[in-house]
Order: sequence, then structure tokens, then C-alpha cells
Amino acid sequence: MIREITFGQYYQADSVLHRLDPRVKLIGTIIYIISLFLYKEAAPFLLALLFLAAMISVSRVPFKYMVRGLKAVVILLLITAAFNMFLTKGEPLFTIWKLTITKEGLTNAVFIAIRLIFLIIGSSIMTLTTTPNQLTDGMEKLLAPLKVIKVPIHEISMMMSIALRFIPILLEETDKIMKAQMARGADFDSGNMMKKIKAMVPLLVPLFVSAFRRANDLAMAMEARCYQGGDGRTKMKPLKYHKADILAYVILLAYLAGVIVLGKLL
Amino acid sequence: MPIIVDHLNCIYEAGTAMEVAALSDINLVIPDGQFVGLIGHTGSGKSSLVQHLNGLIKATSGTVYFNGEDIYDDDFDLKKLRSKVGLVFQYPEHQLFEIDVFSDVCYGPKNLGLDKKEVELRAYKALKMVGMDDDYFYQSPFDLSGGQKRRVAIAGVLAMEPEVLILDEPTAGLDPKGRDEILGLIKKLQTETGMTIILVSHSMEDVANYVDRIIVMNGGSVMLDGAPKDVFAHYKELEEVGLAAPAVTYIMQQMKENGFDVSADATTIAEAKDEILRVLSAG
Repeated sequence: MIREITFGQYYQADSVLHRLDPRVKLIGTIIYIISLFLYKEAAPFLLALLFLAAMISVSRVPFKYMVRGLKAVVILLLITAAFNMFLTKGEPLFTIWKLTITKEGLTNAVFIAIRLIFLIIGSSIMTLTTTPNQLTDGMEKLLAPLKVIKVPIHEISMMMSIALRFIPILLEETDKIMKAQMARGADFDSGNMMKKIKAMVPLLVPLFVSAFRRANDLAMAMEARCYQGGDGRTKMKPLKYHKADILAYVILLAYLAGVIVLGKLL
Repeated sequence: MPIIVDHLNCIYEAGTAMEVAALSDINLVIPDGQFVGLIGHTGSGKSSLVQHLNGLIKATSGTVYFNGEDIYDDDFDLKKLRSKVGLVFQYPEHQLFEIDVFSDVCYGPKNLGLDKKEVELRAYKALKMVGMDDDYFYQSPFDLSGGQKRRVAIAGVLAMEPEVLILDEPTAGLDPKGRDEILGLIKKLQTETGMTIILVSHSMEDVANYVDRIIVMNGGSVMLDGAPKDVFAHYKELEEVGLAAPAVTYIMQQMKENGFDVSADATTIAEAKDEILRVLSAG
């Protein structure tokens, strides 16, 4: 039941996007997000849509699989859009009870909804086509200059990759403990709020205990292999740019230029 | 209350690229009071199968009848089923959560909606059944040794007073002494209370000494099903799927090949000893 959360989980496939250097995908995602927030006109958004559609089709991840992740944020999306719709001042369109919908509010709401949807799909394309390890590798490499001002980049990225690695493990563990307690007559679904929260205790306590146990074991295993942090550590597969990555950067820049041109001209 | 498994199929993640058939066309009848060993390699579907028996996993097709009722019927009370078919998971000590042993064992019967007195009575009986001393009742379950934790966890299921007890690899991760204790305890439970017991394991050795019947699973379907000696007679096939008959079977087979007039039926060391002595004294 709990395994159905797929948002942002790596999807194994063989595509150009999967093979790209994670740094390109990270920077690409950032550029894409920036491009969404530059202008509030229809034309740049149309280009953003085309770009997104192109990315989805080259990623070879089924569209259905991507949209499944969206379900979780629908409520957030609706609330944000509603706030924008009702609370923006401007030329009133019509009034329901005490709430006035303005023309500006309506356009705001539409744009914010489009932005959020594009943003979520755009960034999930990155996580769907990049393994967590590649992602943290890329991040470590990109942030490496910060080491000069003593930011422990390697440690941070190591913690991130461990945390990401543990998500599926803990999900599985949750599933198991849930079933074990259900076998003892636990009921996680019915009752009022208080009852539901109380029913979580037999799930959360063992889950925390097991998370600590796993963390302990992992720390021990890392120490046994003399792990000491990032200094002087080499990589088995160091990141290297290839032709495709350069080409990808060119495409990204062209896209960004296109958005700016469209935004300025129209 | 026999359990009947009828054309049970289970497919995980149906319709995606990760589709796996965990169980395919399982048909079984498990009569009352039988001590069944369910054996198979890792991933053979044994854990999936037992989780169907108390309705934790819904089958893709086929059904399970408990006491003549279809457990997938809309008006069937799954919670009641789970109290009748107790399932002890692998590493059951991972489910302990209460501040002391006694309250943890109370959790199951409390969920059944029994009154406090009955709950405590059942918890006490269950803890006694698994041989826990009163001294431990008010200790934190996290302070106990591995074997003790496991016994407390088993008591947690026993306290619901199930008619069928399923144990998924109850000896995993225990030392030989702990293993023998747990298995002895299960055998004692079966002889004293007459409940149906299904013991899931991948070790023939563990199971051979205790059970009436062995079901061997392989690749999601039932490969062999019968009394231990009949199942072990197929020891060559068992080897092909990565399982092995008990060492005793091999010794008896070897003796037979070397011209001793022993029957190769023996499945336990005691039986083998008697058989060898019989042949030697006769010869």
C-alpha cells in the first residue's frame, strides 16, 4: 500500500536523458525553473511546455508514471491557486459572498498552477532519470568550490545519498511492521483523528528503533572500511563531460535565450 | 477450522514493468491440528502465501476459505480472521514497542476489544506458554536477549488465542540453543493445545524433527507436498532447487547403496539410529 508513492523515484530505462551527466541535469532543472518564473506571458510558457513535452518524450519514462506523482500535490496546488484567486487586488470580475475574484487574481492563479505543475514535472524528470547516487555525485562536484570556505560538501552529499538510499528500505520496513501489527489486530484506518494518531505508536516506535539500529550498523560498516570523510578520496566512476553533455548545455542555453526573447518581445 | 486455498494467484505490481508473479495456482487443504512445514528457497513465495492466509495480502485471483467461509467476501471480518489465524513474522522482535513485556503482549488481545481482566489473563497465559518468568514481565522488551525477545513476540500473537499459528522463519538469526528452544516450544504448543501450526523455514533439518507434513514451494508454486519421508525421498529434486534433505537421509541412502538392508525412510536421527541398530543386530 505504502509502496505506491512513486514521486521522484528513479525509473530504470535507457534514454539519452538517463545517460546525461548528472550535473547537466541539475543545472538544466535549475535553468528550467528560473525560466518558468521570468515572465508572466503566454508565449514563454508555450515554449516551456514544448520543452517539457520534448524532455518527457526523450526520457522514455511512461507519462502515466510521472503523473502518478502529481496526485500527492494536487491539494497544495488547489490551495495555492485559491489563495491567489481570492486575495489578489485588482479589477473585480465577480463576487461570491465576501470573496471577490479579480481579473488579476484569476490570471495569477492560472499562472501559479501552470508554474507549479511544470516545476514538479520538470524536476521529477531529473529524479526519474538519475539515480540518487549520480545525483549526489553531481551535486558534490557542482558545489565543490564551496570547500574553499570550509563547507563540508563531501559530508553533506554523503549524508544525502545515505538518506536517499534509506527511503525505500524504511518504506519496506514500515510495510512490514504495519503488517505485523495488523496481524495482532491493529487498525490503522478507522476511528477519529486521536484514535488514528494513537494507532501510529505501535508503528513508529519499532520504526525508529530499526532506523537507529540500521544507522548504527552502517556507521560500523563504514568505519570498518576506514571511511574518514572526503579528504583524498577518489571515485570509481569520476564524472566526465562527453559530447552529448556539451550539446545538452547548448540546447539549454538556446531554450533560455528563446524564453527571454519571447518574453521581451511580446 | 480447516484452511482451503483454492487456485490462488498473486501478482505484485501488476501492469507495470516490475510485475512479478509471486504465487501461481496454489491449491492446498490444511486440516485441523496438523503441524505443517512450509519450505522453500528465498523468493519461492512462502512468505507471500502465509500472508494470504490471514488476509494481509489480497490475492490477484483465487481465494482462501477459512472455516468454510470465503475470506474475500465483503461481509467477512478480516480482523476476526487475524485473531483466529495468528501470524508471527520473521524477526518478530522488531514489532515490540511497549514500555514493558506484559503490556506488549496485551496489545493483541486489547485490539480484539476484550475487557481488561480477560486481556491480562490471556497475556499472562501466553507468556507462561512461551516459558517467560514473572521477573521479566515488567522489564522493557528492548533489554531482553534475542531469544527472549522472540519468545515475547510469539506470546504477543498467542495471546490472541488463535486456532492456527503461522510462524515465518521463527529460528532465523538464533544460535543453535535458541533455535532448539523455539522449535521445542512450538512442538509443545502443538501437542498441548492441538492448534494447527504452519512453520515456514528454509531448513529441512529444522522441520524434519517436528512436522507431520511438508509442503515444498519453488518459484511461486507447490513442488512437493507430503509426509517428511515421502518428500525427502525426492532429495535429488530438492537439491536441484537449492534445498537439501536432512543429513540423515543422505547417510541412509549411502548405506543402502553400500549394501546395508536399511530402509531409507528415516527422517530424524532417532529413527535412523533405531533403523541402523535393527539392521546391525539382525545381521
